[in-house]
Amino acid sequence: MILLNSKLGLNPEVIERARTAARNIALETQGFIDKNTTVTVERTVARLLGIDGVDEIEKPLPNVVIDNIKDGGGLSEGAAFWIGNAMVNTGLSPQEIAEKVNVGEIDLTKLPIADNDKIYKTVWEIAKKTTTGIKQNRKFREDFIRNVGEGKKPYLYVIVATGNIYEDIVQAQAAARQGADVIAVIRTTAQSLLDYVPYGPTTEGFGGTYATQENFRLMREALDEVGKDVGRYIRLCNYCSGLCMPEIAAMGALERLDVMLNDALYGILFRDINMQRTIIDQFFSRVINGYAGIIINTGEDNYLTTADAVEEAHTVLASQFINEQYALLAGIPEEQMGLGHAFEMNPKLENGFLLELAQAQMTREVFPKAPLKYMPPTKFMTGNIFRGHVQDALFNLVSIWTGQGIQLLGMLTEAIHTPLLHDRMLSIENAQYIFNNARDLGEEIEFKQDGMIQKRAQYVLGEAEKMLVDIEKEGIFATIEKGKFGGVKRALEGGKGLKGVIEKSDNYFNPFIELMLGGDK
Amino acid sequence: MSLGKVDLTKIKPYGDTLNDGKMQLSFTLPVPKGDEADEAAKQLARKMGLSEASVVHSHDLGVGYTFFIMYGNCSHTVDYSVIEVPKVDLEFMDKKGVEQYIEENIKRDVVIIGACTGSDAHTVGIDAIMNMKGFDGHYGLERYKGIEAINLGSQVANEELVAKAIALNADAVLVSQVVTQKDVHIPNLTQLVEMMEAEGIRDKIILVAGGPRLSHELAQELGYDAGFGPGSFANHVATFVVKQMVERKLI
Repeated sequence: MILLNSKLGLNPEVIERARTAARNIALETQGFIDKNTTVTVERTVARLLGIDGVDEIEKPLPNVVIDNIKDGGGLSEGAAFWIGNAMVNTGLSPQEIAEKVNVGEIDLTKLPIADNDKIYKTVWEIAKKTTTGIKQNRKFREDFIRNVGEGKKPYLYVIVATGNIYEDIVQAQAAARQGADVIAVIRTTAQSLLDYVPYGPTTEGFGGTYATQENFRLMREALDEVGKDVGRYIRLCNYCSGLCMPEIAAMGALERLDVMLNDALYGILFRDINMQRTIIDQFFSRVINGYAGIIINTGEDNYLTTADAVEEAHTVLASQFINEQYALLAGIPEEQMGLGHAFEMNPKLENGFLLELAQAQMTREVFPKAPLKYMPPTKFMTGNIFRGHVQDALFNLVSIWTGQGIQLLGMLTEAIHTPLLHDRMLSIENAQYIFNNARDLGEEIEFKQDGMIQKRAQYVLGEAEKMLVDIEKEGIFATIEKGKFGGVKRALEGGKGLKGVIEKSDNYFNPFIELMLGGDK
Repeated sequence: MSLGKVDLTKIKPYGDTLNDGKMQLSFTLPVPKGDEADEAAKQLARKMGLSEASVVHSHDLGVGYTFFIMYGNCSHTVDYSVIEVPKVDLEFMDKKGVEQYIEENIKRDVVIIGACTGSDAHTVGIDAIMNMKGFDGHYGLERYKGIEAINLGSQVANEELVAKAIALNADAVLVSQVVTQKDVHIPNLTQLVEMMEAEGIRDKIILVAGGPRLSHELAQELGYDAGFGPGSFANHVATFVVKQMVERKLI
């Protein structure tokens, strides 16, 4: 039996078995996720209740509040409980309460405990206001796209990375005028390991710009402005990863970001963040992204920077299945799943293009509704910008042929520096030329039965299914401990951020899970 | 190329005729596209020593800036015959050769620590040298018999790297720096040397830097034993390390 209208002769039963195994893998950890919370999850609740700003040493007030609750031994009840209790006690707003906590006038866990129902009701009202605001952001985006328009898929995705938000804006607006549909502001390299989110507009960064709520707001405003000019909604992307996954998600939801890098496993593998911490954090971050209508981008492409793209192709597919199931559990619909993969095979490989094509087409068929995020060659880019431009052209051809959703444009200067203004123009021109010139190629071409492309795709799918069945038996944590993704090994108790994991009490309260996961969108 | 004789004391670029000086360049000027912009680009090229400078393509970048592709004939020459460039001057052994060399000359496992230091999160370089798989068909140090390779990964603080080097009694430390925005790698690389000197381990360890914009000369200037740029593989680094160990009697 083969998939109806599969060009690759993929067996739907194999796909189904793989998907079921991934489902069970995600379900197995969901119990653990539901029993625990983390410091950043609670800071997110504080932010969504309206707490913002920093103290005199630039420490964010959400950190001040959560530290106060943690020091008082109250984090198991959740920040919403203590902030709600303080509101009932004092009649103040969450922000006013945070400011008083900061100057030592309120110690949250020492206040008299009010009636539970009263606390819930008070918090619920504020929470509802926040989620209504996020819903309005979502509607604003939809209206803009309906009334003004948007680019055709694959969306052209480019990065800006000057370190200075105001310089980023110049580059982002230029890129939008040149044809970019998605602007990603690369984060400064060390931010993923900070256990707080910096505050305000920033002008210094290394290899990127700090993700702050104010930077989000400034860039959003600039992209709306240029979007009206060029007649396309310009999507804004940032990084919902590291030690503050859900906080960044909350900031993005409040400031109407559209795309977030948001992988269930990436932080564990590539930033050595503790796996228990990440698996809890990713859940709440995805609940928020799902509710806010944000397209998540998963990070499977990264496996191929450490592992071989031909030999380890099945691990990419296996991880996509797992990411899909974690996302579904967090309420993210398939249409918001930018599952990631990459064009990273060695260019010297004979028929390498055919293998890339097989992989991209296979991914398309296995996840038919997902706006797949396709990453350009990076590992085998050299200082030879002329060859690099051709590598990027082949990558663009595979993308239009197989209907990818989001095209992270390759830069001819990839191995040399962060993109210069004209590097970006050249790569947009490259993609536009090929996308336009070969727009319906995929509709016209079928693959030879049992030929190299079909067999390769069937083989990779079969290997992914085997891997998922193995993981289902072993559990995801044990699999990562053995180094099966990206060749990277991590320990259950190792990595950064484990201290920020706290078991919930029976009285734990987080209104946003219910409002966002169960609530109408 | 046998037409005409190249005068090595006065070389200039070659397009299709000896000494035509042909060069191509591309850049952006912060002015709107137009005749004045083209003229500005040509004047700039002339100041760079290019005669018959021509703008073959200009492109509006959408923010009042213009991108140019130009050709021109370079009027300058350089004396190739007197050039001397410091480099890792070694006959590189392959993996087998290195393994045999260790067995015969060092007679114990060589401990090599690798890390991508500071804020740099780009491990592609250090992975290419260290990891089992290696890069482009060249196995990494982890696969070498006689080498104990420890890859600390990304964003390793210099303090941590020095502590690890002491704890593991490392013979060599490899530092990779890939993202070099605003030259952040320079102070970071210098700091590591200073810390190793302060700990009194600098002369007991072979210290090597690598990355796309690191030359051997720059690495030496910064106090490293060697620098490996693009196109370097594990066997190059391994050859250097084991030969240095023998030469400096660090066995």
